[in-house]
Amino acid sequence: MNLTLKIWRQKNASDKGKLVDYLINDVSPDMSFLEMLDVLNDKLITDGDEPVAFDHDCREGICGMCSLYINGEAHGPDRGVTTCQLHMRKFTDGDTIYIEPFRAKAFPVIKDLVVDRSAFDRIQHAGGFISVNTSGNTQDANSIPISKHAADEAMDAATCIGCGACVASCKNSSAMLFVGAKVSQYALLPQGQVEAADRVLNMVKQMDEEGFGNCTNTGACEIECPKGISLENIARMNTEYLKASLKG
Amino acid sequence: MGGFFKSSIGRKFAMALSAFFLMFFLLQHFAINFTSVFSGETFNEVSHFMGTNPLIQFVLQPILIFGVIYHFVMGIILELQNRNARQISYAKNNGGANSTWMSRNMIWTGLAILAFMGLHFYDFWFPEINTKFIEGDWSGLHDGEFRYYHELQEKFLSPVRVGLYVLAFVFLALHLLHGFNSAFQSVGANNKYTRGLKLFGKLYAILIPLGFVVIALYHHFNHNH
Repeated sequence: MNLTLKIWRQKNASDKGKLVDYLINDVSPDMSFLEMLDVLNDKLITDGDEPVAFDHDCREGICGMCSLYINGEAHGPDRGVTTCQLHMRKFTDGDTIYIEPFRAKAFPVIKDLVVDRSAFDRIQHAGGFISVNTSGNTQDANSIPISKHAADEAMDAATCIGCGACVASCKNSSAMLFVGAKVSQYALLPQGQVEAADRVLNMVKQMDEEGFGNCTNTGACEIECPKGISLENIARMNTEYLKASLKG
Repeated sequence: MGGFFKSSIGRKFAMALSAFFLMFFLLQHFAINFTSVFSGETFNEVSHFMGTNPLIQFVLQPILIFGVIYHFVMGIILELQNRNARQISYAKNNGGANSTWMSRNMIWTGLAILAFMGLHFYDFWFPEINTKFIEGDWSGLHDGEFRYYHELQEKFLSPVRVGLYVLAFVFLALHLLHGFNSAFQSVGANNKYTRGLKLFGKLYAILIPLGFVVIALYHHFNHNH
């Protein structure tokens, strides 16, 4: 298939940036979206032009590195996939495809389609962990009884790969689905209880300081999340936050 | 607890709590207005009670005023913050693929309702405050009879005013179609009851505004005969 690509090009963080049109021919419907960009970059390099910078790593839908806002949606029109899992068969011959970086003040563009998502790392550092004694007396995890339901819900929350599609899709650039998942994965388990109050207070404080917007419950994040993280995690974070605030 | 209401989650809670209060107020307002359809006398009596009862006038009314002001002022502040959180817009954004029009346009439906409240206050609330608190007339009487039902009918004579009321309630329905369930999600209620609550929320969001529209139309056409 032959396609017209409208790709955001931006030399560096301070450059203004603009959409640039590229024509690409003979795209196989079996290619992944990133492979299609690889082909484009091969051509650009052969022609002596600057290749398009975009994030990618595992190309298996696990690492959360690949981003891209494709035709107005994070990770493109498919559901439950990252950009590396999006295939060109989702498009038709002659299509014009807009490819933009994830947009949020808290995710500044580094170059072209690459954004700085270290705000998520700083939120994790603020409380997304449990403190475990590793002196040799560590208790076997299986000796602590956990209900199947709680274990399943915690595992579901823990599948968040921190890709930032929630922020990119939210009209408010809110990070609450990400933070809700990270709070929930510990709040649901006994191991997470000791630091539960500090965790939610510190992570929300960091989230607010990073300049993400406020959640208005549009639900766009849940729909666009490649891992199907549920809005229930935001509701849980809200109650955890209230409980922690009341505790003082 | 001090920092709670300064945080993004605390403000969500506060928006939701004021929304719950306003939705409860709307329900009782509808119930009282609805009496006017079948009994002017009942409407007069209930209106007089609501307009003169000290608990309602001096406790609940100030809470209501605070709730209304907080809801729209905070709504505007949060909207401005949210716009600031994305300073460069997408060249192509397919919002309809993942969210409802109502959820994305709460600020606009909210501002439309705020504009309507200006008209509504001009029609009913300001004259009421003037009569009671400035002129000092708490009798509720005009020419020896309760004035409330008569005032209601007078206001709904104008087709322009009735049209504006109907339009405002369409905006209210759109606002509630997202707002009702959004308020529950904000206070952390997302559980096995959510599906049922969503259905109830949709019914509330459509039936209550529709009820107000029916009342306005009833008085408009009934009086003209």
